[in-house]
Amino acid sequence: MTLALIAALPFLGAFLPALMLRAGRNASAASAFCVSALGFVLLCFQAPAVLRGEVVLASWQWLPALGLTLGFRLDGLGLLFAGLILGIGMLVILYARFYLAKSDPMGQFYTFLLLFQGAMTGIVLSDNILLLLVFWELTSLSSFLLIGFWSHLPAGRQGARMALAVTGGGGLALIGGMLILGQIAGSYDLSVILTKADLIQSSPLYLPALILILLGAFTKSAQFPFHFWLPHAMAAPTPVSAYLHSATMVKAGIFLMARLWPVLSGSPEWFWIVTGTGLATMLIGAKIAFFQNDLKALLAFSTVSHLGLITMLLGLGTPAAATVAMFHILNHATFKAALFLTAGIVDHETGTRDLARLGGLRRAMPLTFAIAAIASLSMAGVPPLNGFLSKEMMLEETLHAGYGPAWLLPALATFGALWSVAYSLRFLLHGFFGNPAKTPQKPHDPGIGLWAAPALLAGLVVLIGLLPMTSAAWLVNAAASATTGTVVAVKIAHWHGLTAALGMSLAALAGGAVLFALSPRLAALWNAAPRPDAKRIFDSAINGLARSATRLNDAAHDGSFTRATAIAIATITAAALCAFAGGSHAAGSRALLPVTPVPAIGWLLLVTAAALAAILHRNRLLSLLMVGVIGLILSVGFAWLSAPDLALTQITVEVVTVILMLLALHFLPKETPRESTTPRRIRDITLSGAAGLAIAALSYALMTRAPAFPPISAFHLAQSKPGAGGTNAVNTIIVDFRGYDTFGEIIVLGIAALIIFALTESLLAPGPASRRLAAFGASRPARAGDRHPLLMVMATRFLLPFALVVAVFIFLRGHNLPGGGFVAGLVVAIAYLMQYLASGLGWTETRQRIAFHSLIGAGVLVAGLTGAGAWLWGLPFLTSNYGYIHLWPLDAFEWATAAVFDLGVFLTVLGAVMLVLNSLGRLARRAGESVARTPYDLDMGEGL
Amino acid sequence: MEALVAIAIGLLTATGLYLILRQRTFPLVVGLSLVSYAVNLFLFASGRLAAGVPPIIDKAASGYTDPLPQALVLTAIVISFGMTAVIVIMALGAWFTGGDDHTDFSDGASGEGASGDRDA
Repeated sequence: MTLALIAALPFLGAFLPALMLRAGRNASAASAFCVSALGFVLLCFQAPAVLRGEVVLASWQWLPALGLTLGFRLDGLGLLFAGLILGIGMLVILYARFYLAKSDPMGQFYTFLLLFQGAMTGIVLSDNILLLLVFWELTSLSSFLLIGFWSHLPAGRQGARMALAVTGGGGLALIGGMLILGQIAGSYDLSVILTKADLIQSSPLYLPALILILLGAFTKSAQFPFHFWLPHAMAAPTPVSAYLHSATMVKAGIFLMARLWPVLSGSPEWFWIVTGTGLATMLIGAKIAFFQNDLKALLAFSTVSHLGLITMLLGLGTPAAATVAMFHILNHATFKAALFLTAGIVDHETGTRDLARLGGLRRAMPLTFAIAAIASLSMAGVPPLNGFLSKEMMLEETLHAGYGPAWLLPALATFGALWSVAYSLRFLLHGFFGNPAKTPQKPHDPGIGLWAAPALLAGLVVLIGLLPMTSAAWLVNAAASATTGTVVAVKIAHWHGLTAALGMSLAALAGGAVLFALSPRLAALWNAAPRPDAKRIFDSAINGLARSATRLNDAAHDGSFTRATAIAIATITAAALCAFAGGSHAAGSRALLPVTPVPAIGWLLLVTAAALAAILHRNRLLSLLMVGVIGLILSVGFAWLSAPDLALTQITVEVVTVILMLLALHFLPKETPRESTTPRRIRDITLSGAAGLAIAALSYALMTRAPAFPPISAFHLAQSKPGAGGTNAVNTIIVDFRGYDTFGEIIVLGIAALIIFALTESLLAPGPASRRLAAFGASRPARAGDRHPLLMVMATRFLLPFALVVAVFIFLRGHNLPGGGFVAGLVVAIAYLMQYLASGLGWTETRQRIAFHSLIGAGVLVAGLTGAGAWLWGLPFLTSNYGYIHLWPLDAFEWATAAVFDLGVFLTVLGAVMLVLNSLGRLARRAGESVARTPYDLDMGEGL
Repeated sequence: MEALVAIAIGLLTATGLYLILRQRTFPLVVGLSLVSYAVNLFLFASGRLAAGVPPIIDKAASGYTDPLPQALVLTAIVISFGMTAVIVIMALGAWFTGGDDHTDFSDGASGEGASGDRDA
């Protein structure tokens, strides 16, 4: 519980600083500080158990089907990292209070910072790797906000974008790697994964998983060749740089490698990739750092270099090397955060952080100088500071690498250390020694708010340096034991005798001093040599990607609907062809239905009508007529093929559809002009012909085979009567077995009708559409006078009650015989439509009492309430019930809740259909359709 | 009979797609109706063809056809109507708003009417 709280606290508290800002900047900072401090205290309460070697676990189910649990674990590794994240977090919050300018939105800053802190804490406390991925992505997002905090500066925006692109891209790779890892291990819980090293390393998927996971780790930890984003992220405010780019975010990749060290390390692949990358990063980062004039850029590249060092140590794959890595993580966090904060002070107090414009600050800023001296000498590896201890242990470990020539690794490591000494000296000597330079502001030491945090860190540097066994060994032991899975008891000492490592260390110090002495000449060489500009390469790569994406997009979808459709048809057909070519093609063996004359004639009609619909499509009315013919034959066909319900539905829907399209055609041009070129027509015929052929072949193959799996319909047929109380299996499926689908469907139908209503409203609103509608009415030629013929009016009036009775009949029999709510609704709709057609919209509308919207709403409500009624008996939604009622003199009369549900279907269908056609009718009225005052036309003018 | 039904499905698909590719809204609506028929018929055919054995439970029945595809197609028919209706009103809206019934935006002459009229 406490663990989850530690991870959740920063998120919960993230909005406090923004709220507290109203009470002043101190209150805002204090609230952020308290959130971090509370987390730190909670962590300390857990620490004793962890230091005893226990693993604190806490877990809740989240999405068990996916293997995703809210699982948290705290072991030595997590303790080290969580301690750094929360501890340095507090210091940075304190520092930022005094660092940020009055114009900076402080509440926002602390909110972002806490969000980031929560994401980082989540990573190091996750037990479930899917959960870890969630937090991992959150760090990418929240660091994007922090790096781009000064969003008015282009450098800030670009740096943030670059960091997001690189770390986010690595995150995608990591997702892939973690999923593979989880698949191999059979669980996404670290507690399980960490026990399956042999299984994972022997899997053929080990290498892909390793590479993907390392991509995630390397991008996050700015390893070569992904190191370029880190210096650009320095556009962030310095407290952010200190926090994200020394102590936390860049260490996330290191953490991940350490976390998965027991299962991934030890293989040659791991050694070569990780050690090689680490070494390359260490050397390249150190060399670039040496030539930087910007204090923060120097520190940024030195961070790259030190991260490379730690990566290299993890890559060696020995427990001893991993132990040194843990120790160096701790040391690096202390001295590097102190250095960043010092650089921030220099920038804040002098107005510049360009080494060429600085110098002699030791007199003006003695306190800052002291802190900088301690931290930078530690970075250089000068005894007795903590940087010396871990660096010498590192050099010692390189002597015991199991791969490659024995001299290579130590030599390169010493070379890297040598550059490290050189840039540390540059930071210290060029900044604080020499003649005082003229800076934009007169330099002086800052207030305690700014120096307290780096001073505390510098104190830690000295403390760990002087008393390593007392102050740090226990934490390193716990972290290393958790990382390696073996009990580690490290011995940290200043003097090991005259060892090779000591020689290497001395060589590095001496060589670094020489390099520093040569720095002006080397810098001239460096500036003269051409070198790749990472930002330009990155930008051009991104621009290239964006351009080609745009090109592809434009080619596939340039606003031409037919082109996009043609591409889709071609793609789908081609995919089907590929699938077909890859399968076996035995003929189907199912007994076929013999061809008899009457259905064959019907088929001939249907095929002719379909062909004519396409051939005669320019005459729109004829083409529409063909649609009607096809629909009618289909419904007859359904009846013949044992689907009476479908036949009823198809024929009623057909009537409504044709009326709808006729109404639309009333407004549209009656002919389609000939505008396609011949090649285009040939293309379209080929495409649609191929698609039709494919579908025909597929249907034939399907129908001539027995189903691959036994259909589930046997259940529905068997349960139709006993389970749902109806003998019409189709109807019982619709209103009972699959009632939930039907419920969804009537809602969709209702929504479609409302969309149509809304679109009509917008067309009728004053505007070009409305004007054009009116003009359309005025421009039409005179029509036949007999718009509401007496005969038709009389016939439809006569038919209305009969139609309604038929609808009731169809509705009631639906549960047992073909029929039901859908068909009944359509029949009533058609009967009403006839009245509209006979007497006109205006006349009919004035006699209509119930709005169609209400019918739709009522229908959905009735269906929903019927379903919810089952809750009263503690049953799931839409559980139906039925029984029999005896009403003399009638036969036993069945009632079923499903019938009430069907009533809802009926009402919705009726309302939807009527609303749709009514909307079109309203368009006609806007176009000048006059309202009939009498139900039918009486030609009285001339007679009287 | 299966072959005839398969041919019908194929032909309805082909003519429907051809009409959809005809660059005007009304053929598009007609074409979409034809494709809907084809799809419904295909879904129905997935229950295999059988004559004279409706899925109405009866002691005298010799057998039953598969009711599940029928239930699916029944709702599909009604939903097709809803979809057709929405597209019809969209076609009308485009026609009255832009004075144009092309389905393509193009930089060429055919698409100019739409944007030109809207500004007018």
